[in-house]
Amino acid sequence: MAIFGVSGSGKSTLLGLLAGLDMPTSGRVILDSVDLSTLDEDGRARLRSQRVGFVFQTFQLLPGLTALENVMLPLELANYQDPREVGTEVLIRTGLGERLHHYPSQLSGGEQQRVAIARAFAPQPKLLFADEPTGNLDQKTGAQIIDLLFSLNQEYGTTLVLVTHDDAIAKRCHTRLTLNGGKLSHDTTQTP
Amino acid sequence: MKIIRFALTALQRDWRSGELQLIAIALIIAVASVTSVGFFTSRIHHATEYQAAELLAADLVLASPDPIPAFFVAQARDLNVSTAQSLSFRSVAVAGEKLQLAEVKAVDDNYPLRGKLRTAPDLFASAIETRQIPEPGTAWLDTRMIQLLNLAIGEQISLGASQFVVSRVLAYEPDRGAELFNIAPRILINLADVPATQLVQPASRVHYRLLLAGAPEDIATFRQWARTQREENLAMRGLREARPELRAALERAEQFLGLAALVAVALAGLAIVLATRRYVARHFDNCAIMRCLGATQGYITRTYLIQLLTLGFVTSLAGCTLGFLVQFGLSRLMSDLTSAVLPPPTWTPVLSGVAVGLITLLGFGLPEVTRLRFVPPARVLRRDLGPVPRQNVTVYVVAVAALAALAPWQSGYVQLTAYTLGGLVITSVVLAGLGWIVIKLLSGLRTRVGVAWRFGLTNIVRRTGSSIVQIVALGLGITAMLLLTVVRTDLIAEWQDKLPADAPNQFIINIQPDEVEDIKRFFREQGDAPPLLYPMVRGRLIAINEHDVDPDDYSDPRAQRLADREFNLSWAELPQSNNQIIEGVWWTADDQDERLFSIEQGIADTLRIKLNDDLVFRVADREVKGTVSNIRFVEWDSFNVNFFVIANPELLEASPATYITSFHLSAEHKPLLNELIKRFPSITILDVDALMGQARQIINRGATAVEYVFVFTLLAGLIVLFAGIQATHDERIREIALLRTLGATTSQLVKGLVTEFTCLGLFTGLLAAVAASIAGYVLATHVFNIDYQFNPWLLPIGLIIGAVGIGVAGIIGTRSALQQSPIATLRQI
Repeated sequence: MAIFGVSGSGKSTLLGLLAGLDMPTSGRVILDSVDLSTLDEDGRARLRSQRVGFVFQTFQLLPGLTALENVMLPLELANYQDPREVGTEVLIRTGLGERLHHYPSQLSGGEQQRVAIARAFAPQPKLLFADEPTGNLDQKTGAQIIDLLFSLNQEYGTTLVLVTHDDAIAKRCHTRLTLNGGKLSHDTTQTP
Repeated sequence: MKIIRFALTALQRDWRSGELQLIAIALIIAVASVTSVGFFTSRIHHATEYQAAELLAADLVLASPDPIPAFFVAQARDLNVSTAQSLSFRSVAVAGEKLQLAEVKAVDDNYPLRGKLRTAPDLFASAIETRQIPEPGTAWLDTRMIQLLNLAIGEQISLGASQFVVSRVLAYEPDRGAELFNIAPRILINLADVPATQLVQPASRVHYRLLLAGAPEDIATFRQWARTQREENLAMRGLREARPELRAALERAEQFLGLAALVAVALAGLAIVLATRRYVARHFDNCAIMRCLGATQGYITRTYLIQLLTLGFVTSLAGCTLGFLVQFGLSRLMSDLTSAVLPPPTWTPVLSGVAVGLITLLGFGLPEVTRLRFVPPARVLRRDLGPVPRQNVTVYVVAVAALAALAPWQSGYVQLTAYTLGGLVITSVVLAGLGWIVIKLLSGLRTRVGVAWRFGLTNIVRRTGSSIVQIVALGLGITAMLLLTVVRTDLIAEWQDKLPADAPNQFIINIQPDEVEDIKRFFREQGDAPPLLYPMVRGRLIAINEHDVDPDDYSDPRAQRLADREFNLSWAELPQSNNQIIEGVWWTADDQDERLFSIEQGIADTLRIKLNDDLVFRVADREVKGTVSNIRFVEWDSFNVNFFVIANPELLEASPATYITSFHLSAEHKPLLNELIKRFPSITILDVDALMGQARQIINRGATAVEYVFVFTLLAGLIVLFAGIQATHDERIREIALLRTLGATTSQLVKGLVTEFTCLGLFTGLLAAVAASIAGYVLATHVFNIDYQFNPWLLPIGLIIGAVGIGVAGIIGTRSALQQSPIATLRQI
């Protein structure tokens, strides 16, 4: 699903509400049959650790952790038994098998976003939110990242909610919600 | 004017946003620590000067065994300095059948110039202050004398050729305490009566005194003039020389207080560096916009300088107020050390407080703040552009220079300050080095632990620089606290152990040579082993290697005093068991024809005397020449009889001597002293029990006061921790928001932070315990000359203080980051 719209249309606000990072002043958000308004901050955090993944425009890796440690982070937060093995495997799949022990500052922008994608997919979330994942990358690297995102999405059977203002990327999604001034203006089902 | 208004408005805005609070708190602590000590020492100074003047009954006393020439009095009159004359001598007073040796003092109408005499109308009646002196023909006797002669008021005594009516009981004379060795019973008479007694003859042993009092500058002028008169045997005693033991102890306490305050200033300065760095980083955008709008570099520098100076001035005044309040507590702690009521504090510490505040803020904060002028205007387009970071070396060199400028001012002694700053720098480097090693070890450990631990340990490792700064700052604070509590108690206990229960507490002086055997017999009769009796000869050093000794050749006041007066010499075949020869060798039986001296190390250093130097002493009317054959270390605080200079028997045996001894007497055997006095009326017994108690009390009180001031040091250390935490606050907020987004619960986040700060605290506590042990060892072996036993409790105490203190402070400092909503942070991404 693509959430499409111009700058200031409310895309990121919607994403925050959907992920339970913020609470709506009215209305409810039901995430995988759970009403988020019934949960406190820690309850929502626990729900995210089990069912939700994130990819950000600015990668948001922890600079003090290696690529592998960054990927292990959500697995450890969700008490996985073998975070190291799972993390290594996902990083190999994203093409960073040689970069496991590098720190973010030692990686290129594209590589950093690959680590972020590996981190998002590692706990195999049911739902993955991606906020302008190519916004900070050049066109060629951006295209590679989107390909990776969609291929892993297929492989893991995850529901991908993608915030973008790039029409070409939005077109690759099954559903496209267009926001305008904070309001839903189009709800289109399309064939990618 | 516009720039001032603009700067002050910006300052107000920054204050409201909370960015300046930490700098202000650090500065208040620095200024309060300095001014509390300043206010307190100014009060103590005035109290001791007043007390010292009373102990001399004057501001300056000239003493001589010969009459003091009249031109001294004339010169004093010319300088508008008041004078009084007195003389004292020993003589036998006769009342009926009874005879008693007395210390007779004759005074003129002006006596005393400082303090007052107190007399009572009858024995055991209450005493009152008086401005009078005995009328001609009358005498005032102290209680002991009246009892010994079994007299009543109104009865007569004979002194030499004169008769005196005992008119009053002398209860107190101000300058009596200064004469520790003259405690024979006292008779006070009028100076005009002395000639008629015919007791003062050319060969008599008489002490003449000229008492002087006046404005300090006039006294100083007179003193300077008197030094140039080169009057043989004339000694001067000023306020500095009165009660030197108490004064030295108080001066030392003042120095340590000053230095403790200085350590607080150094730590507060470190907090200011950290807090200013964050403040500056947060103003890059503002400055870039101002530059874009046309502000020059100079305008930006001036704006921030005005802000810094205003902040420094206002917070320094707040610090002075706090310091003023704190000194009341300090004065209470030390009040029983000086019998005088402390005068109110002077206001000069306010000036020095404001100066310290401004120097500290500029020294530690300015190097960072001046970076703002270099913010490129292009930053408005590219946020990653900023000024070139200031080299840490530059920042700390400026800071250390500021500290060095403040240091001698604080302690008053350059050498002691240099040692302390050196110790501070060495301890900091050791703590930093050990901290770095521990952090490197941690970085290996973090891959083998769970997520919360990894998060915590990673924070320490990732912020290596900031972690080391925190370890050093807090480590110094905890080291100081451990030194002043655990190690101090250990050192005092060791020192007290050094003074065994049977350490000598009684001294007998003025034993005549023909009494030596009788005194030994007296002790044998009591069933005790007789104490060792040492001969004592008064001598004055007049030449070293054929150069005349002149007090003006020395800058050290102690050296001037030693060069200016007689001191006690002795002779012996063997060295005393507690003396240690550190240079040269002691004489043997083969050296009996040689002329040899043994010199105590301290006096040798003070008077610059070396091994094999030729010395000449004037002993009575004779010049005694000899060569220094060895230098001794003497433990003065052992309370055994000791001498600065000992000669081989050949050299001094023929000189007129009295004997001295020391021994231990338990409280229940004190009546024995009365027996001893009755049998040997001319001897003088000094009970030093009280003196030993006072020495212990001074050390304990001084240490407590220093501990009190070190609370500021610890507070400053905590401010460094907060500044360190705040410096990484924005980063932490971002990380915590991200971890929350990835599903971290509050308990997982708190666990991570607790791990980080507890580990930091444990390492800091551990390193501080090690540093305190090393410092304790150095102090014990090199300063106090005692054996140091490592205290196993230092380690657990250090660990607990570190872990609990830093753990709690760390969680408090990061609480607000935990409360941030993740969406607020995400919006900024």
